[in-house]
Amino acid sequence: MTDVMHVLPYLVAAWVFLAGCYGLATSRNLIHAVGCLSVCQAATYVLLLGVGYRKDATAPVFSDIKPGSRTVVDPVVQALTLTDVVVGATVTALLLALVVQIAKRHGTVDPDELSELRG
Amino acid sequence: MNDLLPLLVAVPILGAALLVAGGRRMSRPVAELAACTISGGTAGLALVLLLNSSPPMTEWVGGWTPVNGESVGIVLTGDGPGLGMAALASLLTFAALVYSWHYFDEPPRRHAGSFPALMLLFQAGMCGFAIAGDLFNLFVWFELMSVVAYALTGTRVEDAKVVQGALTFAVVTSLGAYAVLMGIGMLYARTGELALTQIGRGLDAHGGPDALTLAAFVLILTGLLVKSAAVPFHFWLPDAHAVAPTPVCMLLSGVMVELGTYGVWRVYGTVFSGPGGVPDADFERGLVVLGVLTAVVGAVMCWYQRHIKRLLACSTVAHTGLFLIGIGVLTPEGDDGVALYVLGHAGVKAALFACTGVLLDRYGSVDERALHGKARELRPVAVMYVIGALALAGLPPFGTALGKAVTEEAVGGPLTVLMVAATVLTAGAVLRVAAGVFFGLGPEPGSSDEYETTGTGEEPETGRRISRVPDTMTAVPAVLLAAALAVGVAPGFAGLVSHGVGESGSGGLVVSAPHWTLPGVLLGLVSTLLAVGLAALAVTRPALLTAPDWAQPLRRLQSGHVGDYVAWLLVGAVLLGALALPGVAGS
Amino acid sequence: MSRRVRLWLVLAAGTGLAVLLVAACLDLPNFGGDRHPYGDRAVRASIARHTANVISSVNFDQRAFDTLGEMTILFGAVLGCVMLLRQTRDEHRARPRPAEVAPPVRRYALLVLPVALVTGIYVVAHGQLSPGGGFQGGVVAATALHLLYLGADYGALERIRPLGVYEVGDALAASAYVVLGLAGLLGSTAFLANSLLPYGTFNTLSSGGTVPLLNAAIGMEVACAVVLLLARFLDQAVEIEKENGE
Repeated sequence: MTDVMHVLPYLVAAWVFLAGCYGLATSRNLIHAVGCLSVCQAATYVLLLGVGYRKDATAPVFSDIKPGSRTVVDPVVQALTLTDVVVGATVTALLLALVVQIAKRHGTVDPDELSELRG
Repeated sequence: MNDLLPLLVAVPILGAALLVAGGRRMSRPVAELAACTISGGTAGLALVLLLNSSPPMTEWVGGWTPVNGESVGIVLTGDGPGLGMAALASLLTFAALVYSWHYFDEPPRRHAGSFPALMLLFQAGMCGFAIAGDLFNLFVWFELMSVVAYALTGTRVEDAKVVQGALTFAVVTSLGAYAVLMGIGMLYARTGELALTQIGRGLDAHGGPDALTLAAFVLILTGLLVKSAAVPFHFWLPDAHAVAPTPVCMLLSGVMVELGTYGVWRVYGTVFSGPGGVPDADFERGLVVLGVLTAVVGAVMCWYQRHIKRLLACSTVAHTGLFLIGIGVLTPEGDDGVALYVLGHAGVKAALFACTGVLLDRYGSVDERALHGKARELRPVAVMYVIGALALAGLPPFGTALGKAVTEEAVGGPLTVLMVAATVLTAGAVLRVAAGVFFGLGPEPGSSDEYETTGTGEEPETGRRISRVPDTMTAVPAVLLAAALAVGVAPGFAGLVSHGVGESGSGGLVVSAPHWTLPGVLLGLVSTLLAVGLAALAVTRPALLTAPDWAQPLRRLQSGHVGDYVAWLLVGAVLLGALALPGVAGS
Repeated sequence: MSRRVRLWLVLAAGTGLAVLLVAACLDLPNFGGDRHPYGDRAVRASIARHTANVISSVNFDQRAFDTLGEMTILFGAVLGCVMLLRQTRDEHRARPRPAEVAPPVRRYALLVLPVALVTGIYVVAHGQLSPGGGFQGGVVAATALHLLYLGADYGALERIRPLGVYEVGDALAASAYVVLGLAGLLGSTAFLANSLLPYGTFNTLSSGGTVPLLNAAIGMEVACAVVLLLARFLDQAVEIEKENGE
């Protein structure tokens, strides 16, 4: 692998995280903002899976390969990512539920127009 | 004994699940009694474990005890601070459940068990976070307490304010949580481990700190500081506290925010304090600077609030600053002081929120000006409010005073002045509210058109306004205040706390037990007198309550805009990185 | 803050954070490297306990305590959504109108529904053997039911979806996970210990000790939870209306 490939996946993760933060801060629509939060979270998937990758390795599942016959990628990060996915889905569900109620009570989903709390 | 540690989490979860399963067939009193029993039982278990936590326990869940020092399991830490926080969280959950007994209007209909079940899940999350000895497991419980807290904060969806406050809370905290996870990914890449102590050893084995260490430190601390509401990560807190139901406020301010600070202490002590981590001087600089900022901003914001729940919330921000300074100086005495301070503060702050809830349910308002002179008839509540405010100022012999005195001695110098100033300002604000609302002192306030959230037009949490204050609603704050007093006066208690903290602290140094000293008592009395004086001044000179020009921008920053808060979170992360940079760059 | 100020603040802070993250990335071990101490141990532990899918072994055996938290987060989110998306005092329920569905859509949906449902159950059942498990299969099974909403209409979906039953199922599945953990504490060595049942023959349905049981509990919990979550959102979209028109 070339030198760039040694860090590229990590740089992608950093880029995705920052892009999500940018979108979240400048969002004009709360549904879009919830999406941006998921983008930030996607960065954690990329980072975790990137960290666990091993060159020329296969999935850590031995139903069709003999244990020890091939190298496998790190199973721990995959389990962590699975947990992360579930956490992300539930947070998104709760946030969208709140956005549904904001749309009803405020009549808008533009964060610039929410002015109930300040000072 | 140590194999019982996971039960601190398992029991409330099982209780919540059974409450939901039976919720449709259960009458409300049965559901509430069950919830109180489970929560109280867990608190009892936490206390029993706490009394047996010397020497500290560890438990490998699933029986994955290490072989040759290596394990694939998750480790739990049953030491004094961890079990102490778990016990505090459990006791406060129990108090909040008793407070909401029978009168609290629990939506939704036909789901009698939902609200108590969520409270139990909150308890489980906080206990799990407190005893976690594995970084990813810490994240999981962090998320559980966050997710449940969002839902609980948004309980009263009919109100436009509520949904906005809950959403900003949820977005900012979730972003913090993902930052933590990025940091975990980096540490896992470097060390290949997830248990806190193993990560620490892995960092040390790798050599001195580098950019990766710094980035992981910044990312993980960002998430934890969002939870503990340090400036500039704090914006969600006044918004969430202003809108959350009172029993939930008691938990948010009393223990959840402090758990964030505890997390900083735990993670730094086990992961980053070695030679491969972040040097002590950098950590100290970062935490003390953020702590000072937090204390100043919190205290100033607190003084100018008229929404009583927001006022108490800003006072929590100010106190968080003091806690951060206390653990930031990295001395055993500082740790002891903060431990005592957190315990005392939890009782006092939860009691003040409970009293404010009575005002809300009785008069349908939490606005200082609208309530002026209205609550003359609530004598017992008035007395508790004043006692709570004085305890907040540091009146000996309350636990807050002892904790504050010990911390002040540990930090020394100008920081002591800052601590006195912050407590005087926040306690003065609470006393001023008490004087106006309960005693009608000072002139009738006029209307104002300032940039602020008022506390008028709120729905009582009891469904309709109560004509008589229920005994549970007055008994709970009374007991909480008594507990805060006990922290300061119970013989040998401070020694026990110090022993527990010392045994698990990074240095393992056992210092002499914290005790009342003459300067400490005098400083406490001076703070109290100054707070009373300040409140008296505010009552006679209402012009003091209008924010002057220099404070206006500070108030405008608290804009309720989720984009602003995210921007400040990024600024905070960079600030933390810059503060911790010198040592990392120099090594 | 005005939008301009916020943008500048984000750009400045974002640049600082970007510098820090890029510097950190350069210090990370090379992508595809061979050093994974925890991962190697996890593979050995999984094979020792006859669990062919190492990820399931990590999730339901080695780090089953994480999964307890994860399941509880889902359970809490469902409770939270029930609370947040309730019918408030100023709203009422409208009867959903029957909908016309184009015949090809109807045929396709009704054809795929049983296939998707069986696939979901298969994925759950083979969690300890092949990729997948309770979380993945649970989601597939739950969404399969919603093909009825596409293929027929909301009324049809509601008939096969008595929410009370799913609520109880969700709660009982969550309890089952904790009870299995407690059984480990009472009958064996530790909470969530996987030493009550024989580990069975490698690569068969009954291998892995308690892994298949925990996996099944999660499958049921996830399926019920997803049905309940979707039901709350569909409720808002289809049934719940503001009191005075709108």
